[in-house]
Amino acid sequence: MRNRQTSLRRALCALLLSSSLCLAAVALAAGIDGQDFTQIERGRYLTIVGDCAACHTPPGSGHDFAGGRVLETPFGDLVAPNITPDPVTGIGAWTDDEFVNSLTKGTGRGGARLFPAMPYTYYAKISRDDALAIRAYLKTVPPVHNEVNPDRLPFPFSVRANLAVWDYLFFKPGEFQPDPHKSAEWNRGALLTEGLGHCGLCHTPKNMLGGDDRSRAMQGYALQGWFAPDLTNDPRRGLGSWSIEDITTYLKSGHNKTTAATGLMAEQIDRSTSKLSDTDLKAIATYLKDRPGDPANAAQNQQPAPPPAPDQTAMKAGQQVYADECAGCHKADGKGIPGLFPTLAGSPTVQQSDPISLLHVVLRGALSVATPTAPTGAGMPAFSWLLTDDQTAAVVTYIRNSWGNNAPAVSADDVGRTRGALVERSD
Amino acid sequence: MPKRLPPKDVAIIGLGWTASILANELTNAGLDVVAVERGPWRNTATDFSISYMQDELRYRIQHELFLRPAQMSVTFRNNASQTALPVRNWGAFMLGNGVGGAGVHWNAETWRFLPSDFVTKSHLTQRYGANFLPADMTVQDWGVTYDDLEPHYDEFEYLCGTSGQAGNLKGAIQNGGNPFEGARSRPYPTPPMKQGYGHTLFADAAKQLGYKPFPQPSGNLSQAYTNPLGVSLGQCTFCGFCEWFGCANYSKASPQTTILPVLLRKSNFEARTQCEVTRINVDSTGKRATGITYVDTSGEEFEQPADLVLLCAFQVFNVQLLLISGIGTPYDPQTGNGQIGRNFTHQTVSAALGFFDKDKYNFNPFVSAGSIGMCIDEFNGDNFDHGPLGFVGGGYIGQVQTNGRPIQITALPPDTPTWGSKWKQALKDNYLSTINCGAACHGSFYAYRDTYLDLDPTYKDRFGRPLMRMTIDLHDNEIKMSAFLTDKYAEILQKMGAKQVVKQPRKGPYDVTAYQTSHLCGGAIMGDNPRNSAVNRYLQSWDVPNLFVIGASAFPQNAGYNPTGTVGALAFWTAAAIRSQYLKSPGPLVHA
Repeated sequence: MRNRQTSLRRALCALLLSSSLCLAAVALAAGIDGQDFTQIERGRYLTIVGDCAACHTPPGSGHDFAGGRVLETPFGDLVAPNITPDPVTGIGAWTDDEFVNSLTKGTGRGGARLFPAMPYTYYAKISRDDALAIRAYLKTVPPVHNEVNPDRLPFPFSVRANLAVWDYLFFKPGEFQPDPHKSAEWNRGALLTEGLGHCGLCHTPKNMLGGDDRSRAMQGYALQGWFAPDLTNDPRRGLGSWSIEDITTYLKSGHNKTTAATGLMAEQIDRSTSKLSDTDLKAIATYLKDRPGDPANAAQNQQPAPPPAPDQTAMKAGQQVYADECAGCHKADGKGIPGLFPTLAGSPTVQQSDPISLLHVVLRGALSVATPTAPTGAGMPAFSWLLTDDQTAAVVTYIRNSWGNNAPAVSADDVGRTRGALVERSD
Repeated sequence: MPKRLPPKDVAIIGLGWTASILANELTNAGLDVVAVERGPWRNTATDFSISYMQDELRYRIQHELFLRPAQMSVTFRNNASQTALPVRNWGAFMLGNGVGGAGVHWNAETWRFLPSDFVTKSHLTQRYGANFLPADMTVQDWGVTYDDLEPHYDEFEYLCGTSGQAGNLKGAIQNGGNPFEGARSRPYPTPPMKQGYGHTLFADAAKQLGYKPFPQPSGNLSQAYTNPLGVSLGQCTFCGFCEWFGCANYSKASPQTTILPVLLRKSNFEARTQCEVTRINVDSTGKRATGITYVDTSGEEFEQPADLVLLCAFQVFNVQLLLISGIGTPYDPQTGNGQIGRNFTHQTVSAALGFFDKDKYNFNPFVSAGSIGMCIDEFNGDNFDHGPLGFVGGGYIGQVQTNGRPIQITALPPDTPTWGSKWKQALKDNYLSTINCGAACHGSFYAYRDTYLDLDPTYKDRFGRPLMRMTIDLHDNEIKMSAFLTDKYAEILQKMGAKQVVKQPRKGPYDVTAYQTSHLCGGAIMGDNPRNSAVNRYLQSWDVPNLFVIGASAFPQNAGYNPTGTVGALAFWTAAAIRSQYLKSPGPLVHA
């Protein structure tokens, strides 16, 4: 199938290149008015909402949407294709229907199935008009000739035919249907979050085959060396302790009074949410605040928190490391400094079931995102060279169970595994 | 042939305090700016990590953050009868390197000069008569006044978040502040630092002696602060690793913690690091700079054309680049003619050690900060009558002990053995109960005809450029002043209850191996006409109007304060002049 597709593509390219009507043919195929400012401008905004650049513009490439970024999946690596209007290596020669279907049905040129790393399972919720607006905008970016071979998956995951079965199991096509019992703002937030924003791609747990576990939607998921935290209203792990304003400030600036974005979310805020309208950010926050957390956590979330389970030797060792290495910035009471050093007391990131983000930050350090409204971009140094696995486990356990925090202890083995995994990472 | 690069609106030499301020102001004005920095890029989290920064051996003793003399040094002699030799290990002063410059390794003591300091010559002459000044003293007025600079001192302090107590708010003297300071338009942006036991005891003793002690203005912040650019700083943790170190937790004002995060986001700003500027290029008339030439680490030479060149290197290298580039007339100490290299000055610092009863006093000297301290200003500038004293100048006096670091803070009573078990026991007995403050008396250093910079005739750098030759010594006036200040300081130590006080007044000859602050000043001084200065009151070269020379190199003489506050104010003052006057009509801003 791949061969057939490639040869078809080659034939078409040859035809287009050899034809003096090449540009006219592309324009006709698209059927979009290049003068329609409103549509192009809306498309540009929607492209930011959808954060298309996250995958299609490799960091530092200098060529917007020319593809080439390697996407890690549990099944192997994929490479994001070129979506510039280049007719040969990009999508310049695609029809509007092919483009719309790639967003909403998960099919590419000639009906070939896309891997769900392309979040069509989310984009399916957008309207055809929105999809065409994105198309209209993408037609205005400079075409870049950049051949990308997207397939690096090992057999049998490389067989695209299998994806029909996957789609049957995990893909619910169909445009977003507003909930008439909710406000317009809530529905706008739902569309942005569940649709173009595709927040669940990182934040929703996945099943064995990489499909969203819808029963645990937005309850957090580990990927690429981080744990994308719980975005439900869970009071301990989720956004329960954040106000609507805390969420919008975070999405706009990458910082709020308690936390700072780093890692993959820092990239996302830089490219996408920091550029969204305040109205849309508030809609997203309104929707997220209305999502209940996992009922299984209810007992643990009872206040006051039950006394920490971890053994007191580890806690005491952790406290000593904390006083020596952490308290200078994060303060003895775990409160940190707003806008500069995150608050650890009550922090959802600190208390996620999976401690990998916390370990990642302690071992490798982290640079917070710098945005126009919060330009400082403070960083935390790496401690992997200084702290042993035992010391790291102790301090992380201490942080996860102090100042009212409550989360499972972290073992030296956990630290060792994470340390090993992080060594392999280049990011 | 150097590779010729596309032209820029502005080329800046260096990327420390002055360069960062100018770059930010001029990019705000829409100009396309490149800064070319000799040293490496430096970030707080990656280069000043809290997990290893508190390392006295690495940073203080082995000079990790500083310029390597093998790359560039200076030669030194006390007077013209001697042959200058190259400095191969920094001693009397430290020369910074890398992004942030001296703004990385400073203590962050953020002072304003006195209003009378800007009119030194006319003020002293008026009060004491022309004959009161030593014949070979060449002090002069700055060409700017305190009132000119006040708004720009304010800008710099609010950029830094300076912690302090105002002493003179719009002319009204404030309790607890420095009553001698010039009027300030508003309070410091953050309250003064908390003081340690030794600092508090000093203030109490000073008060008993009739002085008016006040907290030293500090760029180590008393509380978290977000500056007008939106950049946030943290609260100082009193770790006592400030001078010679980068601040590990974002609480010391530096270009990194105040400006660079904003500057770096701008598409019209570019920094090129590890690129050493070898000269400023001028056209055939010699009246117009065409840009700069620099060399990268591969040895490749580049020419960067620019409409405006800002010389923002450290003082001594500002002077060196002017001389190497043939801009202005080199100073001739025989005739007193020529301006480049003239009025080179430093700082006359001195101290006294105070040994206290170990059973009654525990100063915990390690709980400290670079600009902690309680000071008095009764003996600074011309705040006191010099008539009967036979000298001019002065300095602030303070318990400004910045640290209790284990290698350096080991001063012991004079009769102690210098090694062995008795030394160890004495150290144990005295460490916690000694006041050991290296620059307790922060004296002025006035200018003299025979103290200057010129190109060394013998020693050259790897490009064949002559090194700067320093000809510098201490004069009777400064030695007398230092003795006077040291006596006053010692009296306060006695009043504090010291059982033994060991005075250490500054004496000649000037010793290039003993640290005396890094406050090198002058050599390309400002003034009101081209016959007495290298740059005009806006720090614009008299000779090449599209060149501005910014920094302490412009000080006609040095006052009894740390210079950075005034350097920052001058940078903002120059930026305002460029934005409001020069860009509208490029050319000389002062017609002499």
